[in-house]
Amino acid sequence: MDIKVGIPRALLYYEYYPLWISFFKELGAEVIVSQKTNKEILYNGIINTVDEACIPVKIFHGHVMDLKDRVDYLFIPRIKSVFMNEYICPKFSGLPEMIKYSIKNLPRVIDTEINFFESKEHLNDTIYRIGKYISNDYGFIMSAYDKAHLEYKLHRKNIEQEKAPFVNEIKILGKTKANIGRKRRIMVMGHSYNTYDSYLNINLLDKIKSNKAEILTPEMIEERYTIDYAKKFDGDIYWTFARKLIGTALYLIDTRSVDGIIYISTFGCGIDSVVGDLVEKLIRRNSSIPFSLITLDEHSGEAGINTRIEAFIDMIRWRDVLEDNISAHG
Amino acid sequence: MKITFPHMGNTYIALKVVFEELGVEVIVPPKCNKNTLELGTLYSPELMCIPFKITVGNYLESIKKGADTMFMWGGRDVCRIGYYNTLQRDILENLGHDIKMLCVKPMKSIREIEHFLEKLNFVSGTKNYLKILKSFIQGLKTLCRIDEFDDLVIKIRAREINKGEVDRLYSNFKRDINNGKGYRRTMEIIGQYKKKLLNLEIDNNKEVLRVGIVGEIYTVLEPFINHYLIERLGNMGVEVHRSVTSSEFIREQLDFIPFIKSNKHDIHRASEPYLDTEIGGHARHTVGNTVIYSEKNFDGVIHLLPFTCMPEIVAQSILTVIEKEKDIPILKLVLDEMTGETGYLTRIEAFLDLLISRREKKSYEKSISWS
Repeated sequence: MDIKVGIPRALLYYEYYPLWISFFKELGAEVIVSQKTNKEILYNGIINTVDEACIPVKIFHGHVMDLKDRVDYLFIPRIKSVFMNEYICPKFSGLPEMIKYSIKNLPRVIDTEINFFESKEHLNDTIYRIGKYISNDYGFIMSAYDKAHLEYKLHRKNIEQEKAPFVNEIKILGKTKANIGRKRRIMVMGHSYNTYDSYLNINLLDKIKSNKAEILTPEMIEERYTIDYAKKFDGDIYWTFARKLIGTALYLIDTRSVDGIIYISTFGCGIDSVVGDLVEKLIRRNSSIPFSLITLDEHSGEAGINTRIEAFIDMIRWRDVLEDNISAHG
Repeated sequence: MKITFPHMGNTYIALKVVFEELGVEVIVPPKCNKNTLELGTLYSPELMCIPFKITVGNYLESIKKGADTMFMWGGRDVCRIGYYNTLQRDILENLGHDIKMLCVKPMKSIREIEHFLEKLNFVSGTKNYLKILKSFIQGLKTLCRIDEFDDLVIKIRAREINKGEVDRLYSNFKRDINNGKGYRRTMEIIGQYKKKLLNLEIDNNKEVLRVGIVGEIYTVLEPFINHYLIERLGNMGVEVHRSVTSSEFIREQLDFIPFIKSNKHDIHRASEPYLDTEIGGHARHTVGNTVIYSEKNFDGVIHLLPFTCMPEIVAQSILTVIEKEKDIPILKLVLDEMTGETGYLTRIEAFLDLLISRREKKSYEKSISWS
């Protein structure tokens, strides 16, 4: 019988799922991903986590509860750093401990440390230590990783190509008929586990789409752009999330490729308390792109969010009619 | 150039000494007060942790007194401390203040100490590295002496016979320190008050509760934000032990130098079964020190953390297990800009009552046991 490896559908799953799933599949394990976030998972998460934790971490606990009786191994790596000189978040570094000490009767946990802060030299070593739980064959593990990595790269490329933004397109259009009937493009910023978890963000993406607008996320911008733009920021950036989001904001300001920006943050998120503020200031000072900040927590009242999104998109539409968007220089 | 720095308990005394010895004009921000907090909260991001907000308040109050150069701790930690200087510079500049931010990085190698000395060099304008190094060492010594003094104060306060004597002495001490200038004078004052303190009448046979304080360094050291917890506990007859102090913090940074010793390895050893890696902030210390307190038979532990502090949240979920496994009561106090003290006081009093009855129960059990 195959070894069953459980991957919680939360946090960095949304960033790396093609890599993780195909890696364990290539190794011959059966991969079980927890269900999509639902009421029960959220509830289990809330009661099993310390009160002060942020909602994505609580949801992670819920997903572990969903998986723990169905699998032999749980994949909860200690992700400290995925990029040189950058950290992720203290809670990610302590995640295996948080889970182990909050939830009882766990299966074995794959809690290998992933830390590329100093260098990526020990990448192979890290992979081997993860793979060792399933197989002992070094070559086999490496080839499984190579295949998984190809899959991941393909996935990234697909996301980026899906909606490559068009530089300066919006500025040129101005007050023309074609522009007024045009689909608006909204950037939904935030951590990928907030933007892509449709239960947590109360279907935000679909709501925006149903308001005749198309969506852009930071993942759809090529990484090399965000890295380059983040370098222009005046200050020391050492969180991967911060680099990505600040880079995205500067990119958007420079290219003017969206009509509006919605930033999704969660209550109590330490990173968003810094990055959300920096991004908002950058956008408000250096551009006229409308910006809205939506903070999510355990509440699930939908009406408030609906109203805000509708109002936001209406406002963007009115802008073209009521405001003079044509440049004064001709 | 008029230099200033944020408050963190008594750390300001050492910083004051360093800059005074270098011949720079120092502006010590007013003691943290309600106005500091209000100013800080007004201009800071909403969900930022409380140390940030108070430091912003400190800067604004110092600027009012004429300061133009800010001295701040920075560097890349997993937690958000490293972003403080970027955000704070932005906030202050946006308010129209023309200031300079001097950011110091952790001193974990000779190279980084050199960086630090270069910063001091810039501040003082002298090229005399000997003088800079000398004042740096004098600062470190002051820091250690102050913390020793504070530990003594804590010990004596819990056992004083005439209530309020220690507090009176301490406020006189603070007044003299603030009026004194330079390394020599500061050391003189500390020595003088140490003598006075030792001459106070104390009850050596008094049974005092022993409570350890763990948590994030700022909330432990800054009395304004923890509602003068250490003082209050002392006056209730509790001997408090602070697990993190600024001198210990610096010693931990510098302990690669052969003759500097720190408790880092003990703490790491103690925390190993629960958390064996650095996750930013003081989480590892919180876990390790709690274990050490239980080994040393403390009556209880109080865990202080700022609201939304990321590393301490991880530590907190581990502490719930340690509490059961090591059988040591832990009270968690989350601190934010709420200044309603009564709630905190009630909880602290209830916690102490619990510790007292626990102690009685234990001694009772001992006396009736046949084994």
